[in-house]
Amino acid sequence: MRRLSSLLFLAGLVTLIIAIFQPLPVGTATPAVGTAINHAAPEQVGAANLVTAVVLAYRGFDTLLELTILFTAAMAAGWVLDKPRNEARPDPDAGFILLAASDLLFPLLLILGLYVILHGHLTPGGGFQGGVVLALAFFLPLLARPGRRIDHQLFSLVEGLAGAAFIGIGLAAMLNGQAFLAPLFGTGELGALFSAGSLPLLYIAVGLKVGSELAGLLAHLAETEAVG
Amino acid sequence: MIIPDSNTLLLIAALGLILIGIGGMVLSLHLLRIIFGLALLESGANLLLILATYSDRSVAPIIVGGKIPAHMADPIPQALVLTAIVIGVAVLALALSLALRIQRAYGTLDVRELRARLDQDIAAEAGINLPHSQDAPRSPAVVNAPGGAS
Repeated sequence: MRRLSSLLFLAGLVTLIIAIFQPLPVGTATPAVGTAINHAAPEQVGAANLVTAVVLAYRGFDTLLELTILFTAAMAAGWVLDKPRNEARPDPDAGFILLAASDLLFPLLLILGLYVILHGHLTPGGGFQGGVVLALAFFLPLLARPGRRIDHQLFSLVEGLAGAAFIGIGLAAMLNGQAFLAPLFGTGELGALFSAGSLPLLYIAVGLKVGSELAGLLAHLAETEAVG
Repeated sequence: MIIPDSNTLLLIAALGLILIGIGGMVLSLHLLRIIFGLALLESGANLLLILATYSDRSVAPIIVGGKIPAHMADPIPQALVLTAIVIGVAVLALALSLALRIQRAYGTLDVRELRARLDQDIAAEAGINLPHSQDAPRSPAVVNAPGGAS
């Protein structure tokens, strides 16, 4: 009975979605706002990656709220899960390949993550993507050696400082007489590493915050035993 | 047999992902499968959002060599999807940790069993006698519960 009503619901949904999407000009419409931003952003913001210009300059406040959502979810997950145990436990034998690969990959992932963060205004990537790579760099050794403890307080400290730095840069723009989170320091030369004003600084803050948050969350999930 | 163009195919893929996700959430009785359905639904929605202004001529919205290409993709849906992906990861992590907690408290992730156990716990907490027929076979979950998890 439940299956039947679910299937009926799904069939109705399919009909509805097809009816909605039949007349829509998907793929053929010309995006007015997007085209305007594509032409105005190089002079206004100075970031070669226009997605970065949208994320940090035109929608900077949204990005701050997004970081807040991520923080809230990580906090709630940490609250729901048990406290991580403090005593060390013996490592199961992870095997040579996993151990060597995690040692080898750690510095490479660190470099890749920092590169993606620092070039977020020039190439595809940015603080969120680089932050995830950084989190992976710190989580991979934990996969190889599950008994090892990670310093949760250090991650929380980095996360808090990065979040404060993001808001601080926004407030600095206000002290300068501009709107909250408006780009500072001019635009610079398009395509240079030191360009786009305060956007790279904002992305460094985002990257550190996302990285430490995700690493802490993954470590917390890994430390919680499934069946108590 | 008409071969649809790439945009139509991508649109069908996005809508299909959304439908599979919703179907999984509605039809399955295991909490983990419901969470996976949510993840599928999310990726379908993200793909749909990107497709809203995508055409197969568009290039990535990144300026190379100081020139603005003619068919640059709209950066706004891409920025929106960037936001949506990050929030999706956060929601997924929260849902998984809730499922982990439920597994620890009740020892099961089956929705039917959980519903019976939760009803019983809530009734016990509020001091209500659950109405049940004398002849009805009691569900094994209720019989085996070691005094609820309270």
